Amino acid sequence: MLTVRGLARLTLGPADVDLEDGQCVAVTGPSGAGKTLLLRAIADLDPAGGEVRLDGVSRDAMPAPDWRAKVTYVPAEAGWWEETVKPHFRDWREASPLVERFLLPASCGDWPITRLSTGERQRLALARALVQSPRVLLLDEPTSGLDSEATAAVETELRAQLAAGVGILMVTHDAAQADRLAQARLHIDAGRVAAVVVA
Amino acid sequence: MAADFIALGYGDVALAATLVLSNAALSLAFRLGLEYRLLFAGLRMAVQLTLIGFILRWLFVSASPVWTLVAAIVMLLFAGREALARQERRFIGWWGYGLGTTSMLMASFLVTIFALTTQVRPDPWFDPRYAIPMLGMMLGNAMTGVSLGLDTLTRSTARERVAIETRLALGHTRAEAFRTITRSTLRNAFIPIVNSMAAAGIVSLPGMMTGQILAGIDPVDAVKYQLMISFLIAGGTGLGVLAAVLGGVWRLTDSRHRLRLDRLTGPA
Repeated sequence: MLTVRGLARLTLGPADVDLEDGQCVAVTGPSGAGKTLLLRAIADLDPAGGEVRLDGVSRDAMPAPDWRAKVTYVPAEAGWWEETVKPHFRDWREASPLVERFLLPASCGDWPITRLSTGERQRLALARALVQSPRVLLLDEPTSGLDSEATAAVETELRAQLAAGVGILMVTHDAAQADRLAQARLHIDAGRVAAVVVA
Repeated sequence: MAADFIALGYGDVALAATLVLSNAALSLAFRLGLEYRLLFAGLRMAVQLTLIGFILRWLFVSASPVWTLVAAIVMLLFAGREALARQERRFIGWWGYGLGTTSMLMASFLVTIFALTTQVRPDPWFDPRYAIPMLGMMLGNAMTGVSLGLDTLTRSTARERVAIETRLALGHTRAEAFRTITRSTLRNAFIPIVNSMAAAGIVSLPGMMTGQILAGIDPVDAVKYQLMISFLIAGGTGLGVLAAVLGGVWRLTDSRHRLRLDRLTGPA
């Protein structure tokens, strides 16, 4: 579904990545190896050379916002621009069941952003991306700030997304999590995509 | 020239200048370390203004369209330099100087020409005695607005980088991703215009009107001039700020809707 060929940016790449429908690939490697750089480059957030296609259609053939709505990057620490939670969502009523599955009350829509903990922000940022129904999720350490209970809730939701055909490329430092979710691993070291290991 | 205008001699000016000397003495007494800078600034002002006086006298007599245009362009270029100096994070390359200068060019020239051809209507319309002072007032105000607008824009973009990129990553366009910042920047730059209009006549007597009154013009006539100039300044500054901020947002992003902080000086 998602094919990346010769993606290069600064020290990263050239990298080749393939992601199938409903497949999860874990991106591993030491800090500063270029994992975040890879996800940002695929989302077209940084200028990068190479070819990236979704279902055979090049990203250059569509406006960048359309591409990012389909291939959505969720940073480890996402940004917020309104006072409270709700205005960050296109449709809060549609989002609230998902928010509750992430172990947050539906009433958290009225909470001020400054009151949220790191873990609450992380789950809400993921929910915000998920309700837009992307084809591919580029997740940067999606559970780094979560306790085991919340991590399990997020993983359950990610499995449901995979079952629905969404492809996930996920940076994680947690080898056990990679084993639980991913069918393949992509190891990056010093910007080079070293190996694809089938788990 | 009105009959009751009192001309000053250079001796009168020198008498006023003794006050700056007393400031310098104050600086010495309190060890402010400002005495040389005070004296130099006073001297520099005297030289600059005296020169400008002679240049303007010559320009008004010649009434040449070419030299009027040259004077206008020189003023614009200096304003551009000053606007750039007031920004902490500047655009790299020609955009740094070009964006502010082009915005001021648009705002001040357009509004000045509008006023000269439809309201003041001197003959010829470019008569430097009207064109140059009016352009100077437009430029001075546009410069404050434009540099404030660009400085606020680049600072808040660097500060709100994560929020902007999160919006872009969610598929927002660059205009949407910048909406909050564009709005607050424009508000910030427009507030001095609103304030100066609100305070005029109560807190402050505008300089141009005061000047005309001192030159013997009837206060009611001077007020009419001042009102026109104030409206022109408000309009021109608004136009310049809008052009600078929208142009700045344009340059801070690219056609693939990416945030390009690498186009600013300082940390990317």
